[in-house]
Amino acid sequence: MRLAAVDLACRRGARDVFAGVSFAVASGEALTIRGRNGAGKSSLLRQVAGLVRIAGGQLTIEGGDPELTIGEQAHYLGHQDALKSSLSVAENLRFWAGFFDAGSTDLEKPLTAVGLGGLADLPAAYLSAGQRRRLSIARLLAVKRPIWLLDEPTSTLDQPAQERLAEFMRSHLTGGGLILVATHGDVGLDGAQELRLDSSFSRSSECGHGGDG
Amino acid sequence: MTPLAAILVRDMRLSVRVGGGALMGVLFFVTVVTLMPFALGPDLVLLKRIGPAILWLAALLASLLALDRLFAADHDDGSLDLILMGRMPLELVVAAKALAHWLTTGLPLIVAAPLIGLLLDLDAPAEGALVLTLIAGTPALTFIGLVGAAIAVTLRRGGLLLAVIVLPLTVPVLIFGVAAANAAVGGTVPFGTPFTVLCALSLASSAVGPFAAAAALRQEME
Repeated sequence: MRLAAVDLACRRGARDVFAGVSFAVASGEALTIRGRNGAGKSSLLRQVAGLVRIAGGQLTIEGGDPELTIGEQAHYLGHQDALKSSLSVAENLRFWAGFFDAGSTDLEKPLTAVGLGGLADLPAAYLSAGQRRRLSIARLLAVKRPIWLLDEPTSTLDQPAQERLAEFMRSHLTGGGLILVATHGDVGLDGAQELRLDSSFSRSSECGHGGDG
Repeated sequence: MTPLAAILVRDMRLSVRVGGGALMGVLFFVTVVTLMPFALGPDLVLLKRIGPAILWLAALLASLLALDRLFAADHDDGSLDLILMGRMPLELVVAAKALAHWLTTGLPLIVAAPLIGLLLDLDAPAEGALVLTLIAGTPALTFIGLVGAAIAVTLRRGGLLLAVIVLPLTVPVLIFGVAAANAAVGGTVPFGTPFTVLCALSLASSAVGPFAAAAALRQEME
């Protein structure tokens, strides 16, 4: 499987966020996306996920299931955790596993892997920010999808959890998956390609639109 | 569990849990109808005559009550993003959410209606007709409201806009619902005529509603 972008452009509202972004990621490879705040890291991931319209350029996938869109083969771990406070930890995970049609998944394993094994019956309302993030990560483990789109995955995680996440990512890559991760720090993926979104383009366009607020 | 069953079960669970809309809707319904005799006075003839209209109006407002969170809650916590990335067509997901909404907010109204109908001096045939019209008509309210909920999804306080969008569209449902309920207690038209139109409204809105709502959601997510 190979995910490639050629001259990708993104426009949000009246602002050109980025243009001319190209990359290619194959199975077993990872791409770290770096850039200032507002450079379009999240927008790029959301474009790959099919949640933001592509303003120009092309995004293609080779291999994979031809019946499915890129978004339908991808996991998206965004800033929002997509958890319901009034449902328990297990109910939240069971819902997403069911919705993504994972069949009869053993939920105990992913929950234990992210360190929430003992909290399965606790309402998600009582989880800390880091625990909510871990529960979202458990979704990636419970349902197999080849593309992982991670937006600042380590932001609320403590050091041991960050190391666990790096392990999960490495084993996902070993299993033939591919990962796009937007981050400011180090996610623990050695040998990942790097994409910088700090092009002069986005800076100048931001200056140009500064006046109309 | 299939994706649609997962949505159905989750939404029903959410609406009966803390902060859900199931109990709120039916309590609102009971409260509004209970207040009517106090406002109108103990005129049994009057209450009996306008009883079906009061119950229908209260049911309409009550079913609107929990509607504004139908998609907004999923939008706010990021669930809608993931739902859009599912392999299930959005139209079907939306229809499953509507069904869950009807089962948890529409159905309790139908169960409560004959009980509080007693407060308005409705007799057995009138109660029966009322329940039948609510069964036939409340799905239309849900599916019309579904479109409004999808349009108002990104707005912080979309509830008022929702009411403004949805209430005018529900006028036909209200007219034929009340007409059918009144017909059963001795109106000029036979029961079957307005009742058939009511069924048609429900069927048409359940066919069109999910497509319109899904289109609105896709547009909003851009």
